[in-house]
Amino acid sequence: MSRRDALQRAVHVAGLLAACGLRPALAANNSRAAFDALSVDAALRALGAGSIPEESGAVTLTAPDIAENGAVVPIGVASELAGIRSLVILVEKNPSILCAVFHTSDAVLARIATRIKMDQSSAVYAVALMHDNKAFFARKEVQVSVGGCGE
Amino acid sequence: MTKPTRIRAQSNGAVATVSVQMAHAMESGRRKSATGQLVPAWYIQQVTATLNGQVVLSAQWGTAVAQNPYLQFVVRGAKAGDKIGIDWTDNHGITRSDEATVL
Repeated sequence: MSRRDALQRAVHVAGLLAACGLRPALAANNSRAAFDALSVDAALRALGAGSIPEESGAVTLTAPDIAENGAVVPIGVASELAGIRSLVILVEKNPSILCAVFHTSDAVLARIATRIKMDQSSAVYAVALMHDNKAFFARKEVQVSVGGCGE
Repeated sequence: MTKPTRIRAQSNGAVATVSVQMAHAMESGRRKSATGQLVPAWYIQQVTATLNGQVVLSAQWGTAVAQNPYLQFVVRGAKAGDKIGIDWTDNHGITRSDEATVL
C-alpha cells in the first residue's frame, strides 16, 4: 500500500467515523493524520468537519497583504460564533497544508494570534470547526516576498 | 536542554490576555544545512494551556509554525494572582512546563 493510498484511507476512515458521531474520541488521535493531508478539504475532513466548509463573515482572519519574510508571518483568527470546538489555520500552498489546530474551551475566547511559516504566496484559511461538525472559514491571499526557509 | 517559555498574562478583571513565546527551533525537515544536508524535522506538536491547573486551551501543531513560536490567547475570568501554565511536547518526545502569575 503506497503512502498516498494509506493517507487516503486514513482520511476516508476519519470521514466515516465522523459520520458515525465518533469524532470526539478522534480529536486528539487523528489530527496527526490531518497534518499529512494533501488538500485543505482533506485536512478539514480529517479533523472531523462533517459538511462542506462555508465562507463566513463571522470568522475573522488577520494576516498581512504582503509578508516580506515567509519564515515569520503573523496570523490572527477570531470568531464570535457560539459552539466552536476548534480554530484551524491552513496554508494552501505550503508543503504541509495544515498549520495548526487550537481546541478552545468555554474558558477562552475564540481568538488566537500566532506566527507561521509560508513557503510561497498562497491563500491562507482560518476555519472555525463547530461542535456539530459544521465548518466556517475566512480566506485571505498573502503575498510572500521570500519563502520561509524550507517550509 | 530546553529553554524557558516566556509567559505574560495581564488581567483587566474580566479576562486575561496571555502572550507566550516558546524557545524551539521548529525545524520543518525540509531545510538544508550549510553542508547541504537536510536538517531533520524537530518541532512542537502539542501545546496545552492551563488556568490554575485546569486545561483551557490545547493545540496541535505541524511544521509550519514559526521558529520560537508565539501564541496569544484570552482567558475568561482570570484574575491577578491566578496561575497560567504552558506545557509543550515536541516530535522527539521532549516536554517542557512553565508557569506564570496573572498580573
